[in-house]
Amino acid sequence: MEKKSLFKEFSKGIIKENPVLCLVLGTCPTLAVTTSASNAIGMGVAATAVLVCSNMVISLLRKVIPGKVRIPAYITIIAGFVTIVQMLVQAFAPAINDSLGIYLPLIVVNCIILGRAEMFASKNKVLPSMLDGLGMGVGFTAAMLLMGMIRELFGAGSLFGIPILSNFMSPVIAFILPPGGFFVFGMLIALANKLNGGKGKAPEEVGCAGCPMKNRCQNIKEKDGCKTKEGEA
Amino acid sequence: METVQSLVSVFLAAILTENYVLSKFLGICPFLGVSKKVNTALGMSCAVTFVMVLATAVTWPIYTGILVPNNLAYLQTIVFILVIAGLVQLVEIALKKYMPPLYNSLGIYLPLITTNCAVLGVTMLVLEKAAADVTYGYGHALVNAFGAGIGFLVAMVMFAGVRQRLETCDIPKSLRGLPITLVAASLTSLSFLGFSGLVEGLMG
Repeated sequence: MEKKSLFKEFSKGIIKENPVLCLVLGTCPTLAVTTSASNAIGMGVAATAVLVCSNMVISLLRKVIPGKVRIPAYITIIAGFVTIVQMLVQAFAPAINDSLGIYLPLIVVNCIILGRAEMFASKNKVLPSMLDGLGMGVGFTAAMLLMGMIRELFGAGSLFGIPILSNFMSPVIAFILPPGGFFVFGMLIALANKLNGGKGKAPEEVGCAGCPMKNRCQNIKEKDGCKTKEGEA
Repeated sequence: METVQSLVSVFLAAILTENYVLSKFLGICPFLGVSKKVNTALGMSCAVTFVMVLATAVTWPIYTGILVPNNLAYLQTIVFILVIAGLVQLVEIALKKYMPPLYNSLGIYLPLITTNCAVLGVTMLVLEKAAADVTYGYGHALVNAFGAGIGFLVAMVMFAGVRQRLETCDIPKSLRGLPITLVAASLTSLSFLGFSGLVEGLMG
């Protein structure tokens, strides 16, 4: 029984609550670094490492951190781990460091990590939190890898740098340029909607359900005159 | 004259060819989330521009004056995010106290900006540029941050217009909501590709 629920914490992030395709979080790195499959893996692994570590520490400290200053506290913890990961990548994988560039330190403001800290790690024990982080990280990596593979295949005619399509067609460069990123991402979400059929609810808004800033955003929507379904304040 | 020209070229490049949203993918969340109406898009982008310039104005001297001389450059990420978070809080409090009308129009956007990657992105990118080019100074950095904010504004307002048109369209079921928004964003971004090379061409 216990084991089964732990496995659930891990597996939900991969398909049912995939952070990228279902919760629509972390869109910036998803669009920016998926110009090739290997970049996507590098980013995914780095973010997963930060996610697991920060979930662990935040879960350990969940009774110590006062509610009012929790967001700055989480950001500090996350920034610490991001710095560690950044230094490790610089030392051991300089090629990945070069291709990820600015997006590596920007893991700090990736809403998946803050979102999981706020929604899961701050309310759960250490082991489930780590598994949740791992699952979400794997889901994030898988979604990015899928996008990276599609964009690299059509945009550069290769996969992981190995030429594949060069004999059949000339690459459509637009796929590795920014417009291709938006387009492929839109199509993947449409596909996820289609596969979910009537069962899963389609993401109407960008990651609002999983976003740590949901309540703040709500104010703006109210000002907009839109009535929001979740009347949480 | 030379410097004025280079400042103008940095400014234009930040708006058109290096647009933070459409070509660097920074600040996608507010771009997709708060761009339903032109008014809110305008308010959000003004707040972002303001914080970007302020954050760059503060983080640049901290980096070059404190972190680098003490061999602490690796603390960049953690220091910058804390400075930005504190700064946003401070601005919010100051606006509330001294400029209530401005607070009423921009206040609700400010807390969201702390975790906006465009702000952290711009403070880091200007340092990266400065490392690559000796003539790139504090003034360039501020102009670049301002240009990035204006670029954000241009993209947001343009896109809000596109989205208002989309509302009345008949869209296939699985594309409704976010997917069609992303396809629209793709086309908007495609139009910005047309600017590539423009700034170099103009400024020679």
